[in-house]
Amino acid sequence: MNTQEIIARCEHLFEDLRFGAVKDWKAAKPGRKAIGYMPIYVPREIIHAAGMLPVGIFGGGDQLEVIQGDAYYQSYICRIPRSTIELGLTGRLDCLDGMLFPSICDVIRNLSGMWQIMFKDKYVKYFDVPQNYDDAIGGEFYVHEMQLLREDLGKLAGRPVTDQALRASIAVYNENRQAVRDLYAYRAAKPWQAPTSELYLVLRAGCVLPPEEHTALVRSYLSEAAKETRPQRDNARVVLTGSFCEQPPLSLIKSIEMAGCYVVDDDFQLIQSWLLDEVPVTGNPLEELSKAFLHHSTSTSSKYDEKKEDKGKFLLRQVKERGAEGVVFAAPSFCDPALLERPMLQEILARHKVPYTAFKYSENTGQMAPIREQAGTFADSIKLWSAA
Amino acid sequence: MRCFIGIDLGSTTTKAVVIDEQHRILGRGITNSRSNYDTAATVAKQEALLSARFHLFREALGTSGALNGGLDEFVGQLERDFRLEQFLVQLADLEQVCAKSVATARFGEAEKAVSTALGAVFARLRQEAPELFAPGAKRKSDFFRDIAGSRYLAIGEEVAKDSGLRYDFLLNVFDRSIIEVENRVYLDSLAPHLLAALKRTFKALPETAARGEAVRAPIQGVLDMPLEEAYVVGTGYGRARLPFSKEHVRSEILCHGLGAHVMYPHTATVLDIGGQDTKAIQVDPQGIVESFQMNDRCAAGCGRYLGYIADEMNMGLHELGPLAMKSTKMVRINSTCTVFAGAELRDRLSLGEKREDIMAGLHRAIILRAMSILARSGGVRNEFTFTGGVAKNEAAVKSLTELIAENYGKVTLNIDPDSIYTGALGGATFAWRAVMEEGKAIEKREAA
Amino acid sequence: MSTPIQIVPGTRTPKKPPQVQKEDSMWLQKELINGNYHELATAHEMNRKVSATFVPGNLNELLMCFNFARSLPETNALQNGMRKKSGKMIMDAERDGHSEDVCTYVKADLGMMLQGQVGPTGEALPTPDVLLLSYTGCFTFMKWFELIRQKYNCETVMLHVPYQGDGKISKNMRDYVLKQLKEKVIPTLEKVSGVKFDIDLLRQYMRESAKAEEDLVWTLQSAKHKPSPIDGYFGAVYYIGPIFTAFRGTPEATKFYSVLRSEIAQRIREGKGPVTPEGEHPGEKYRLVVEGPPNWTSFREFWKMFYDEGAVVVASTYAKVGGVYDFGFRHDPEHPLESLAEYCLGCYTNLNFPQRIDMICKYIDEYQADGLLINSIKSCNSFSAGQLLILREVEKRTGKPAAFIESDLVDPRYFSAANIKNRLESYFQMVKQKRTATAAH
Ligand code: SF4
Ligand code: SF4
Repeated sequence: MNTQEIIARCEHLFEDLRFGAVKDWKAAKPGRKAIGYMPIYVPREIIHAAGMLPVGIFGGGDQLEVIQGDAYYQSYICRIPRSTIELGLTGRLDCLDGMLFPSICDVIRNLSGMWQIMFKDKYVKYFDVPQNYDDAIGGEFYVHEMQLLREDLGKLAGRPVTDQALRASIAVYNENRQAVRDLYAYRAAKPWQAPTSELYLVLRAGCVLPPEEHTALVRSYLSEAAKETRPQRDNARVVLTGSFCEQPPLSLIKSIEMAGCYVVDDDFQLIQSWLLDEVPVTGNPLEELSKAFLHHSTSTSSKYDEKKEDKGKFLLRQVKERGAEGVVFAAPSFCDPALLERPMLQEILARHKVPYTAFKYSENTGQMAPIREQAGTFADSIKLWSAA
Repeated sequence: MRCFIGIDLGSTTTKAVVIDEQHRILGRGITNSRSNYDTAATVAKQEALLSARFHLFREALGTSGALNGGLDEFVGQLERDFRLEQFLVQLADLEQVCAKSVATARFGEAEKAVSTALGAVFARLRQEAPELFAPGAKRKSDFFRDIAGSRYLAIGEEVAKDSGLRYDFLLNVFDRSIIEVENRVYLDSLAPHLLAALKRTFKALPETAARGEAVRAPIQGVLDMPLEEAYVVGTGYGRARLPFSKEHVRSEILCHGLGAHVMYPHTATVLDIGGQDTKAIQVDPQGIVESFQMNDRCAAGCGRYLGYIADEMNMGLHELGPLAMKSTKMVRINSTCTVFAGAELRDRLSLGEKREDIMAGLHRAIILRAMSILARSGGVRNEFTFTGGVAKNEAAVKSLTELIAENYGKVTLNIDPDSIYTGALGGATFAWRAVMEEGKAIEKREAA
Repeated sequence: MSTPIQIVPGTRTPKKPPQVQKEDSMWLQKELINGNYHELATAHEMNRKVSATFVPGNLNELLMCFNFARSLPETNALQNGMRKKSGKMIMDAERDGHSEDVCTYVKADLGMMLQGQVGPTGEALPTPDVLLLSYTGCFTFMKWFELIRQKYNCETVMLHVPYQGDGKISKNMRDYVLKQLKEKVIPTLEKVSGVKFDIDLLRQYMRESAKAEEDLVWTLQSAKHKPSPIDGYFGAVYYIGPIFTAFRGTPEATKFYSVLRSEIAQRIREGKGPVTPEGEHPGEKYRLVVEGPPNWTSFREFWKMFYDEGAVVVASTYAKVGGVYDFGFRHDPEHPLESLAEYCLGCYTNLNFPQRIDMICKYIDEYQADGLLINSIKSCNSFSAGQLLILREVEKRTGKPAAFIESDLVDPRYFSAANIKNRLESYFQMVKQKRTATAAH
């Protein structure tokens, strides 16, 4: 497949709100099960080790008409829970045997209980992660939570999830994470060769494909994209942050690029790069996953910064390492975590003289003109700045 | 004869319905809600009582057989003549008030010129009045303020130009005078106006004049019969401002549910999309409200939204639906936020989308919001009754029909052309029940 | 949560001072609360350290062990709301870069700091020496204290209380909280205060807590009487004030609750309904259960819409935000730290949806309520996200009608009196009509 074909495939997977790929995977072998997860992070290794397909559910995008889902939410709540309920109530998620609701915010937390009530025959779990990063305290708690999930999924699968299977799955995901890291590094080096609208689709394919297949897809995209000769523009290099849950529409990502910005880092699909280093495949697998979570994981609004000095460190590092010239805060409307975090990060950026701009969106935002304008002005001002 | 009256004091119009002891609808009346709610309620009620009279005229003349064959034409002509009489009286009133206004307006030098111009304007208004009420004449509105206003402005502009007078002087006079006239209630004027109108009608339809007494007697009979207000119930958004006691006030939700039930006794779900809000109501087989939901604080998706769009497109509100019906490819519109309506529209147009396709998308978007509110209230059950101003919009009805079929299967959809009177009808029915079933009597107004 | 007494001074006009009805317990409470603000204002002068922590799952007894003067930022925000000062604070915070979309408690607090930290009573509030981030039942708490920490560089200690996603408290959750208490919270509080932790002192405070809790539960449950002698929402705001804030564990609070109890007992004997700001309740026509916090900026106007129609709230979930006591939980001096952990884990907003729905259905049944009213608060996703499902489920399970209104805690821009009144009236008339219909058929 060449680049265009790869992207076309990813786009098809992305647009398919009936999750054909998941159904196909299940149909290939009787008895296969799939488990959905919402943003922001769950240890997919455990699902994988249980022989199941982890499926990322990131809302309904801008093509889904939300009717029933809207009936459950006031106008001042973000859109992702509505479209997710719409997906559920219209039978589009019937291919999932369970749903995991990670600890990210009160909306998704409450959605976990709503799901228990609305979809009584499915496995539903609120998945908590520690905000205390001592191995003996938060680590212990987390290992227990993972153990619980492991037992539940073992029951669902009809056979226990062994340590050996877990280690194998960790290895599979280590490779996937490495591929994703390479993809990010490549884009940061040559953003004109791997535009973010493409990178995004390649990542989103990881929501529905088995990790092995996704790793191969990322790799082939990397080698195909390198063969292209695409024009390099005089764009501003920016880190985009705040889009870790409800996703912006693809047209918004395109608009930012068209307006003169190269996105050189982002937080669209944090789960795929949550653990920053390789997780050891020896030793107690849950403990290793826990250590990786506690000591070598990404930083984001839903995670506590233990010390004041930690705030913004991660973002500054992204800016520095990716050679970015500015930061774009793009948050879903009514997203508490992103919007409460924003002023703290902005203050730190200002202190370090990193320019930034900010706007809000929703997954079905239809008006691109203001965003194009804002991103364009931002890019221009960055260029003026660096010229001066 | 005993009458039961419901008055629905809405944010833009006030409606009244009169029913009799047999629970038949005798008359309906509508007027614009003004700053003075009490007047609006009184005027709407008078209009309804008046239309009840005409209803009774028609009945009486029908039974007497005096006009056999020519009944519709006759009553139609009589009503127009009556309106003309009314209009002329109000016009005379307006002229007087305007004259007073001139005296206090400090036009200085120009005062005399203004008075002369006013005289000319009113002379022309009087002269063209019969045309306004001729058979087949189209009026944008039936409210005095609108009819007189639009003609005053048009004629005034010409007169001002011809006489070299500042047009805004005339505007100023009108603005300062209309409210007083509009808020005047012309009590006890029915009989003289009607008799004057009858003269005109006989002139217009000479063949009926030949049967003079046979026609006049039944009319006189109806005129002589008092219409007793046995019980009045007020409802609507402005109900709290009505000078009624609590007993005589019902929430518009309850009235709407009951009104829809009276119109269509098998109604289970009611959707009302008005200018300011959208309501979804579930009623039981007796018309009692079981649950309801309204749009939240955000007015997105109410009728008002269409108003903004119409303004933005420089079109009349009633032209939107027909335009949308021409669409061949609907554009998906995601936001029904009134604040962004204009921006979204311009964005779409600049992308080269066709106006009718955008319109189709807008109508669907509004109905999508309503679908959510319906879902919130418990869904759509058979039968389903759609009311309110937006129910007159064919594109909205089309979207609604499609979406209901997609989401709830086959459901009977009822739309009454007089659905804006649903709340008032419910109110009248409450009034009827209060007397006929609960044996209550009307309170004195002073007690309220 | 609470001070009662100057319920809305803003509405006092020189022409016609409204007679606000007060009972002894209310005077007592006013003293308590003003006393606490004074203590806070003078703490640093008196060489006392100041702590700040959140209402749900607050560890008041523990903080008392270290002799902290205790501030509760949510209470400050609501007090400022009742005194009509919050609007400007919120706008100041928004001008300072905070989004219009987020919780107004946070913005009112930050806005107050921007205005020089003058507290609700007019005395200046000190910068806290420690932020005890009791992370219970609300994700916003974490951001709130991170924001304050960033501005004031305060020592901050996290107590992560896991959510009852499965509707129960597991051993793992309890152990986790307990360990944090022992290894993180207590050592930090010792370090900041310079006071050594004394578990017997904690036990002593907890004995007081348990006594007060007993009387509080009795008071709230008195609403099972017909007519109810209390209002379990608007009135309860005053009843829960001391125990949910800086006073649980003090003898003053214990006294407050015993005085309150005897006042209510007296009302029951006299067959009286609740006291309203304008005097005796006009007579109970509707008994309601309410879910969601009240609006503070128009608290009195809001309440009036209820008693004017003859409605009494017999039970509310909001009266449980600082602790769900009515199903048996009490602070236990025999197992002090364990019971603190249990307390935090059991807060209302830490319950999952099936638990919240069960609780409301139970209230409707046990308090013989006519229906449920949800006041949905724009600020608070913890309460509000998904409330429409609660509404639907409760209607389905109890067969009682439910209604939905919207407002905000301390943002006056989000209180539309006409809108709310319209819905409430429609709701009450619907309840009445249904009642007559059932009686007739
Ligand atoms: S978009 Fe923000 S507020 Fe909404 S569910 Fe996601 S994290 Fe929560
Ligand atoms: S979101 Fe709700 S619980 Fe959290 S701080 Fe705001 S009001 Fe309190």
